[in-house]
Amino acid sequence: MVTSTLRGENTDSDTGVLYETPDGIEKAFANSKTFKSSTLRQFLFFSSRGISRNMFQTVALSGSRGERLLFSDISVTVTPGTLLAVVGENGSGKTSFLRMLCGLLSPDNGTILWQGKDIRQLKELYRAQLTYVGHLNGIKDELTPVENLTVSACLAGDESASGVVQKALEAVGLGRPIHRLPTRVLSQGQKRRVALARLWLTTRPLWLLDEPFASLDDTATSYLTRHLQSHLSHGGMVVVATHQEIDLPSDCIQHLRLTR
Amino acid sequence: MSQPSLSEALRGVVRRDLLLAMRHRSDVAMSVFFVVIVASLFPLGVGPEPAVLRMIASGVLWVTALLACLLSLGRLFTADYLDGVLEQTLLIPQPLGVLVVGKVFSHWVISGLPVVLLSPLLGLQFGLSGESLWVLTLSLLLGTPTLSMIGAIGAALTLGLRGSGLLVALLVLPLFIPVLIFGAGAVTNSLAGIGSEANLSLLGACFLFSLTFAPWATAVALRIALE
Repeated sequence: MVTSTLRGENTDSDTGVLYETPDGIEKAFANSKTFKSSTLRQFLFFSSRGISRNMFQTVALSGSRGERLLFSDISVTVTPGTLLAVVGENGSGKTSFLRMLCGLLSPDNGTILWQGKDIRQLKELYRAQLTYVGHLNGIKDELTPVENLTVSACLAGDESASGVVQKALEAVGLGRPIHRLPTRVLSQGQKRRVALARLWLTTRPLWLLDEPFASLDDTATSYLTRHLQSHLSHGGMVVVATHQEIDLPSDCIQHLRLTR
Repeated sequence: MSQPSLSEALRGVVRRDLLLAMRHRSDVAMSVFFVVIVASLFPLGVGPEPAVLRMIASGVLWVTALLACLLSLGRLFTADYLDGVLEQTLLIPQPLGVLVVGKVFSHWVISGLPVVLLSPLLGLQFGLSGESLWVLTLSLLLGTPTLSMIGAIGAALTLGLRGSGLLVALLVLPLFIPVLIFGAGAVTNSLAGIGSEANLSLLGACFLFSLTFAPWATAVALRIALE
């Protein structure tokens, strides 16, 4: 029945989509036994609408650390303009889930699809779509905030002119006097701001943020929330592991609760 | 989407590491002083007999260079691993093997190149002269990058382990042996007047071989270490 629906769509003017992501569709059928039917329906709904071109989804994903199973059978879909908030207690596997979405950790089972294609096949093509701000800041203590951001922008292929970098630092509320200090002397919150300033430089559609609000004050939190909102309104996608409520319109947030 | 060109990414990696070395000049100075002091201890211990010194020169200087490389291997990935820079490096949309070459190159500039530049001076201490001094420098110039390449595999494999310093030595020193034999052999042959071309060619071959395989092996080890 599902197949016939699909064929039906195929004869419409919307055919381009199906030809663009044949892998995804095939995979969805191949996996359909293990696959939650709701996800399949959702997938077909989106593919018929042409959204699948930019969609990010996990299919029956399970992960474990050592012997311990952290989560299993997680199927979620993130469409452009939506934010997925991953919530759960400490140790429930939020960080592992995010690292898995980055491709740093391989899942026990299931696949992660970007535009309908497995990220393990896409490799560099997929990595060029995402920005990850991890639990660790990924900045060098000995370098100044400007140097840190210039290098990471250069490595990400973003614009790294000093004017642009300084503007990004000002956007997270770090004034000029701080730009020339080694990051070592900054407070935890300021270091976090330096790490998050990368989000003001990047042009990539998918943001994966692990506890971005940790050690940020109210002002910085509101800067970040506003920036997330503007990213979403430009058709971006965000996955956030967080303990906090994010102050965004509820129609663009979906929650994923991980339980131990 | 934004994607750095390969040369851009490589330049970024090298630039950051060299910038860090500039901030940590004491680290660089330390490996240089280590080499100078260890090499100077031998003439003091063995005695100032020129014939004896000339005989042991190549072996002593090569082992010293090898140990200096080993000492600095701990710095190659550990700091990046602890502050999260390494996981960001793994996410750069370029082949990790090539980025590893960038990291190893900067490691060599910091720890290997100073030894190469100092080697004529150290050779003089051991009574080497003329051609054999040049051969010593050339052999180190060809051999030290190979040491850094092979060392990177060991550093990546032991990343995040406790007491990794000793483990690296156990893993990597046996792999250094061919380089040591060809490098020291080149100088010995030149002293004996046999000609050192064969040994130098073999050192060059070792370098090319390690350049082909070591970055790839290191990249795999790094991905495993971050799992």
